[in-house]
Amino acid sequence: MIGDIDDKLAKIGPIQLDALKEVASIGAGNAATSLSEILDKKIRMKVPQVNVLPIHQVPEIMGGAEDLIVAVLVRTKGDIGGGVLFTLDTQSANQLLELLIGEKIDIEKKMGEIEESALKEIANILTGSNLNSFSQILDISIMPDVPALAYDMAGAILQVAFMELGHIGDYALVIETEVLGDVAEEISGQFFLIPDSESLEFMLDGLGVSING
Amino acid sequence: MVNKIRVRMADLKVGRDDGIIITSGLGSCVGLTLYDSNSKVGGMAHIMLPEFPVGKKNAKLAKYADTAIETLIKKLRDKGANTKNLEAKMAGGAQMFNFSNIDNRIRIGDRNIEATKEILKSLKIPLINSEVGKNYGRTMELHLNSGDVLIKTVKYDDIVI
Repeated sequence: MIGDIDDKLAKIGPIQLDALKEVASIGAGNAATSLSEILDKKIRMKVPQVNVLPIHQVPEIMGGAEDLIVAVLVRTKGDIGGGVLFTLDTQSANQLLELLIGEKIDIEKKMGEIEESALKEIANILTGSNLNSFSQILDISIMPDVPALAYDMAGAILQVAFMELGHIGDYALVIETEVLGDVAEEISGQFFLIPDSESLEFMLDGLGVSING
Repeated sequence: MVNKIRVRMADLKVGRDDGIIITSGLGSCVGLTLYDSNSKVGGMAHIMLPEFPVGKKNAKLAKYADTAIETLIKKLRDKGANTKNLEAKMAGGAQMFNFSNIDNRIRIGDRNIEATKEILKSLKIPLINSEVGKNYGRTMELHLNSGDVLIKTVKYDDIVI
């Protein structure tokens, strides 16, 4: 239903934003732990930012709309539809891949099958551990679907990710977590939780901060 | 300094004589330019969706192909364009993520392209060139002194349409 999501977002206040931030923080913590284990490096997640933004600001959330980024979009199925978007700049992606594969990587020269699947795998792990905490807190089942990768302009990627997941209203709910590696490793990425319109309502109900009266 | 006019998502802008109208990071959205070469009046819309939703109040006109084109033409006329001379160029409408196992339920990019073409046809505005579809993001620039449209991507060389 077009327009639907705007009506819901209009009802979201500080209480709902705080509740979402709380679960997103727990999810981010879990995700940081799993990623640290796999890479054998310390990975931190900042406190998630949760905002309702005008849709035209979405392409600029990360800064320049033309900046080149790697993004993996993982759709979710089950009780919460929508998806998760994991983004990295080129340098961070190279660093991450180097840690995983053990050789020097330059995705700007070559983004091959190995690079793609490694990045998708990381996104899967981040998504899985993040969603696990949602599943436990809300006592629901969320399943990650097959991920898709794009290496392109930040603005185009963000716009499409939000729209593909049903954020076609005038506003979008943006739940954003910054992912940081050890200072020396210079890995920095972003992690976006993008519930669709129905799931948002369901999540807020489950968290005890319903927007329906 | 060249005067640069930026068009954000779900917005439209017009200009005249010189300067550049730019929109960055078109994904599944469609960038549409209309230009009258006699008066050198031109404009650009960054269209998000094919159709204005029935019954929606306070919706942004520039967001939907049908209402965006109508509004753009009005603004171009106000700026001094002869609407009979308008020529269209289009870019965007990409499918950025390839979900191999998912049905083609909503290819928003394709729908935006189709809707824009249909509307131009019904208004008898010739679509003289386009660079649409595929799987990459685009930045679009309309140069008002010539009507040239420059398409920039991160993967390929710039092209002029």
